[in-house]
Amino acid sequence: MFDKEVWYEILATVRANRLRTFLTAFSVAWGIFILIVLLGAGKGLRNGTEYQFQSDAVNSIWINGGETSMTYGGFQPGRIIQLTNEDFSLIRRKKGKDYQITASYDGRSMRTLSYKQEAGAFTVRSCMPDHNYLENCKVVAGRFINDLDISGFRKVCVIGEPVRDAIFKKENPIGNCLNVEGIQFKVIGVFTDQGRGDNDRIYIPVSTAQRTYNGQNHLNVIWMSTGNEGVEGSEAMAKDIRHLLAKKYNFDPADESAVNVWNNTIEYVRIMNMLNGIKIFIWIIGIGTLIAGIVGVSNIMMIAVKERTNEIGVRKAIGAPPSSIVSMILQESIMITAIAGFVGLFFGTVVLEVAKKLMPPSDFFRNPEVDVSVAIWSVIVLIISGALAGLFPAIRAARIQPVVALRDE
Amino acid sequence: MISLTNVHKSYRMGNGAMHVLKGIDLSIDAGEMVAIMGSSGSGKSTLLNILGILDEYDSGDYRLNDTLIKYLNPTKSAYFRNQFLGFVFQSFNLLSFKNAVENVALPLYYQNVSRKERNKLALEYLDRVGLKDWANHSPNEMSGGQKQRVAIARALITKPKVILADEPTGALDSGTTLEVMDLLTDIHKQGVTVIIVTHEPDVATRTQRVIRIKDGLIVQE
Repeated sequence: MFDKEVWYEILATVRANRLRTFLTAFSVAWGIFILIVLLGAGKGLRNGTEYQFQSDAVNSIWINGGETSMTYGGFQPGRIIQLTNEDFSLIRRKKGKDYQITASYDGRSMRTLSYKQEAGAFTVRSCMPDHNYLENCKVVAGRFINDLDISGFRKVCVIGEPVRDAIFKKENPIGNCLNVEGIQFKVIGVFTDQGRGDNDRIYIPVSTAQRTYNGQNHLNVIWMSTGNEGVEGSEAMAKDIRHLLAKKYNFDPADESAVNVWNNTIEYVRIMNMLNGIKIFIWIIGIGTLIAGIVGVSNIMMIAVKERTNEIGVRKAIGAPPSSIVSMILQESIMITAIAGFVGLFFGTVVLEVAKKLMPPSDFFRNPEVDVSVAIWSVIVLIISGALAGLFPAIRAARIQPVVALRDE
Repeated sequence: MISLTNVHKSYRMGNGAMHVLKGIDLSIDAGEMVAIMGSSGSGKSTLLNILGILDEYDSGDYRLNDTLIKYLNPTKSAYFRNQFLGFVFQSFNLLSFKNAVENVALPLYYQNVSRKERNKLALEYLDRVGLKDWANHSPNEMSGGQKQRVAIARALITKPKVILADEPTGALDSGTTLEVMDLLTDIHKQGVTVIIVTHEPDVATRTQRVIRIKDGLIVQE
């Protein structure tokens, strides 16, 4: 179909109508450009969000104590519900086994750590042995906190890489004692975490923290994974836990503020659904813009056919069969859309690459990109739409009677 | 070469119909040079369009080179035009975005002759009409006479049996009219049938035979 002769013919007509061809091509290039940039931006949003969730296990439930807000079982609202070690054991007993679970008592937060001459302020976080799974952190040296550390109230700690670099410099921290505001903790491991800010901390056993910082048996948060439970399974787990605690502390299970149960899975699925919605939305906008471009091409080709009525008449008079006229218009249309589309594709990709280079990755937006499959699809869509855009003008051109075309205006 | 028997043609005009050709009987032998004359509205252009397979007729028979030209589909009629006929128009009808040689070569494009071959041939034909030096000029750089000579070269390049010329000198002054008529006479001498529609008696007298049409009928030969 695309032989060299045809190309000469098309190039000649395109050259004869430079501005018109350019304007037509621009509308298609713009459509594809917008589609690619929007899709890239959508992907960037998704990447950012996924990265944000990567820092912690996606499938998990947070449980915090709270304050009752409803009258229940003869109690007035306003009671403080304080989670304790018993609650942890209760939940572990009921749900445990297949699900990692950790808890934290925060005597909390920024403390000055020192070793020899070096010192720095970092977060001290108490936890259970399963914590590294839930936090999605990786032990790079030594080991993480284990059950013996918990039961023995051991003064041990696992430190983040930044802590090691700041306090221990080049020295191997494992086995050395870290001074946490006057109390010596032995370093047993080093970890790294993908979540930004999750590295600037040390972990100590929750039991040790309770004893050291006057925590009695209090827990601020219980955090457990929901394993492979989906949205419904994790919701059921959250509900079970709420009922368990409601029964124990005598509050209305419907009282949301008595105990705060935060289902990460639901949140993750909800945000992913939203992002999918955005993606569909972007496709609709992009395709819409593209259609506007295609209609533009069709329109312009229609005018072109009208303008070229005389030319088409002459061609027919000297022996052009209708099929050659149809393929002339169609190929011109496809060529304009395809070339313009590639230009749009190219510039869209360039813009995304530049954005990737210049914009610092954030928790909401990182690595805008388009998949190869999207690029291939848009090429296919382009060629089909070029053919569609040319179809009606081509049929109209083929119907032109040579005698009508040759009549003097 | 050409034979028409009882050809009728009418155009629909709103509710009524305009009967343009009311039974044309005509026979033109190979190698004749014929003028068709008539006032405007007499049906002479319609007759030429039918002869040129540019338009259909309602009843009767039209034979071209012993082939019945009737109820042809557009592809078939395009093929016959390309094979048998060459057109020369009053307003030249050259493609303005192509230069002279490309214009002359265009009919061969539809015969799938290669670009190199057809441009070579086109140059030869341009030489025959005396415009070899103008090969790379576009039509709007040329005078009316030159344009018509390019158009004649284009009509000739497919070696047609019949040249149909619709008022070929209508847009030309008397000097260039003479040149163009000389050229058409030359072509006739080489054995090509030439049919010229005109209302200029000077042009008609240069032909061997004059056919007059009035109100859709041949009134005089």
